[in-house]
Amino acid sequence: MGRVGVVLCPCELEGVPLFNPEVLVEGLKRRGDVLPFIHYPPVCSELGMEAIRAFLEKSELDRAIVTCSKPELFGPTFKKALRQWGLNPSLSEVLGIRPAPERGGLQEATGDVLILIERKIDEIRERVPSKSQGVPFTKRVMVIGGGITGITASIDLGNAGYEVLLVDRLPSIGGRMLQLSETFPTLDCAQCTLTPKTVETGQHSQIRLITYAEIESVSGEVGNFLVKIRRKAAYVDWAKCTGCGLCQEKCPSKVHSEFERGIGPGKAIYTLSPQAVPNKPVINRELCRYFTRGKCRVCEKVCPVGAIDYEQEDTFIEERVGAIIVATGFDLYPKEEIGEYGYGDVPDVIDGLAFERLLSASGPTAGEIRRPSDGRIPKEMVFIQCVASRDPERYMPYCSRACCMYTAKHARLYKHKVHDGRAYIFYMDIRSMGKGYEEFIQQGVEEEGILYLRGRVSRLFRDNDHVVVWGVDTLTGKKVDIAADMVVLATAMIPSHGIRELAEKLHIKTDEYGFLTEAQWKLYPVETGVEGVYLAGCAQGPKDIADTVAQGDAAASKVQALFAQH
Amino acid sequence: MEYLYFPGCTLYTKAKNLDEAGRECAKVLGFELKELSNWTCCGAAFPLAKDNIMALAPPARILARAKEEGGTLTTLCSVCFNVIKRTNRLIRGDEERREKINTFIEMDYQGDVQVLHYLEILKRDVGFDSLKAAVKRDLQGLKVAPFYGCMLLRPFEEMEFDDKEAPTIFEEFLEGITCEPVDFPYKIECCGAFQSVGAPEVAMECAYAILNSALKNGAEAVTTTCPLCQFNIDSMQREIRERYNDFPGIPIIYFTQLLGLALGLPIEKLDFNRNDVDPRPLMKEKGLL
Repeated sequence: MGRVGVVLCPCELEGVPLFNPEVLVEGLKRRGDVLPFIHYPPVCSELGMEAIRAFLEKSELDRAIVTCSKPELFGPTFKKALRQWGLNPSLSEVLGIRPAPERGGLQEATGDVLILIERKIDEIRERVPSKSQGVPFTKRVMVIGGGITGITASIDLGNAGYEVLLVDRLPSIGGRMLQLSETFPTLDCAQCTLTPKTVETGQHSQIRLITYAEIESVSGEVGNFLVKIRRKAAYVDWAKCTGCGLCQEKCPSKVHSEFERGIGPGKAIYTLSPQAVPNKPVINRELCRYFTRGKCRVCEKVCPVGAIDYEQEDTFIEERVGAIIVATGFDLYPKEEIGEYGYGDVPDVIDGLAFERLLSASGPTAGEIRRPSDGRIPKEMVFIQCVASRDPERYMPYCSRACCMYTAKHARLYKHKVHDGRAYIFYMDIRSMGKGYEEFIQQGVEEEGILYLRGRVSRLFRDNDHVVVWGVDTLTGKKVDIAADMVVLATAMIPSHGIRELAEKLHIKTDEYGFLTEAQWKLYPVETGVEGVYLAGCAQGPKDIADTVAQGDAAASKVQALFAQH
Repeated sequence: MEYLYFPGCTLYTKAKNLDEAGRECAKVLGFELKELSNWTCCGAAFPLAKDNIMALAPPARILARAKEEGGTLTTLCSVCFNVIKRTNRLIRGDEERREKINTFIEMDYQGDVQVLHYLEILKRDVGFDSLKAAVKRDLQGLKVAPFYGCMLLRPFEEMEFDDKEAPTIFEEFLEGITCEPVDFPYKIECCGAFQSVGAPEVAMECAYAILNSALKNGAEAVTTTCPLCQFNIDSMQREIRERYNDFPGIPIIYFTQLLGLALGLPIEKLDFNRNDVDPRPLMKEKGLL
């Protein structure tokens, strides 16, 4: 076996030298199996890169390590260069060197770095060249998450001529946007904007939908990932089903509907909307009368094509893809955990998505704003922003980004529907930095008379048929008590459940809240630490639709660039 | 079972009815309250300034003495409980201030005494089911609103007493003694007692809001663990009636008095004459006397 080339970058991190280059080179030379190389100026410069290339070529090395102080920044560049210079990616590595603050002087730090590099040398010497060198690069993409982000990326990639597998754990695509009523700042109907996209996705010759499915395992590497997918039992044979909807209509159960956010009932056999893509129902086993009580089978009786199959089981499929885009979206922080706002026990206190369902023409009230407890039209509406966001002591420290805007939208849509109603918004700051956003807020205040109160709400509770809201207006310094008819909480965006497990399967990182970590925030916003795995949308952090779509496009273009190289 | 008992000053004077009923009930329920020797005032307010070590000396001394006498320390008064429990936690977790306090009080205390409220003993050691079995006088139909106030619960992280927004221990206790607990939104609010000297108007409005909410929800009496709350929502009713003519008034009964009533203690031991709004007419109406 030949020697391992070690390229040392002598650069200093924020002015602090990370090691003594001469001592390190001496230390490495003591091993007979290493060829150290050091170059001034730092190797990430143009001269440096050229020098490494010449060094590798001259020494005829097949295994190499490049050290640098910011691997998340320089790693992709070096990795690509090493591959271009003919090194097998599995036999070369970019090794990050960080200062060890707890250790004392430069001498000790150099010793630590030497140990780190020697460990890596031993590891690389053990490696066998990966087989993928000979395996063809698969130019197919898997997009995980069929919300607006995943749809956007899928259409881009499909139009570019690549085959796309779009996986969603729900029965149909559309994601959160499908639950929304109208969108800021233009007040377009969300479904009217989204439906053409979902239909296009469903009919696209290059896109294959794998819905009601979860990722079981992922192996391999860029160009050659092998993904095992679990298709959950729908208890409906989708090949036979025509999507007539008779089963849903006749299903006798009235159950909690996650999609309707508890505002309206759902059925045990359901599609997410009348325009669902694919328009095929599934049976929720936990809520179905037949599965829970052993009697019913109404859907089976009414189905004109005999598509109901209570014996169906989960199935597994394996797919080979060259790149993966993760766009798994968000959940809302559960209001059931917020004690000061009643632990979710006050019926007329709902979250933002529930209010979207109330506003939506396809929602349970057909767009009429009627409060859940008694169906009355609320005349005093209170909206509370930053619920569980920007609250580092108790909940989430981050800003959820979209709430200022969607709360303004909620209040305005409320005023459009209930002209004699009063809308109060408790806020901390107004963050409206998108195009047309500030104007949207101002219009609400000036033309529609929405009352903004700068302050938090300390408590709310039910008092007969009112929800009493105790807040403060910090601009007048006065306590504000409102006997409201209904309250909407703009609860924090959190990553969708199961994200940590999925990240583990993909070997990508999450932050402390579970949001996916990008390779580098400014320069590699949709890349991850794993080559060929990209992220987009709210899986990375809270965003509005405009930002999330931009990121979906960005991830798709990264995949196209990757595929173009092979 | 034996517990070291710290009565606190108020229970020797104004709140004798809280203290005496508590001691009597312990005897009936089979646990002993051994009064801590040489106890002093707890200080009555946990200091908020970090460098106010002086205010921590009295509760620290009480705790150190409890350690010497080797037991679990219990209190009845919410304020004493709050000050002592928080001081204990501070001594346990803050090495620097622990050393200062120990140097000052000339004792060596590490924060390892367990501090329990009497209600916690009833829940944890006696058990509300056993309590129910010990009931001699059935209080069924007596609608009581439990007023927690702030001192038992807050700050939540330090008190670790019950859920901060929706506590239930008091309700469980009331069910244990066969009362009907009345839920009302003001049960965890401040009674305003800390304003009763500086801004009596404010204190009165606090008391009025609390009592009105309890009445609106159907309470016939309000119960509390705290002499300060008792003072503010009981004695203040005279002022409330002067301002709000239609305010009907409602008796405020210490939880130990209710416990004693349920356990069948003779009425004269329960000191109802010390309560400002006399609960005895209500008791008579309910056929309990």
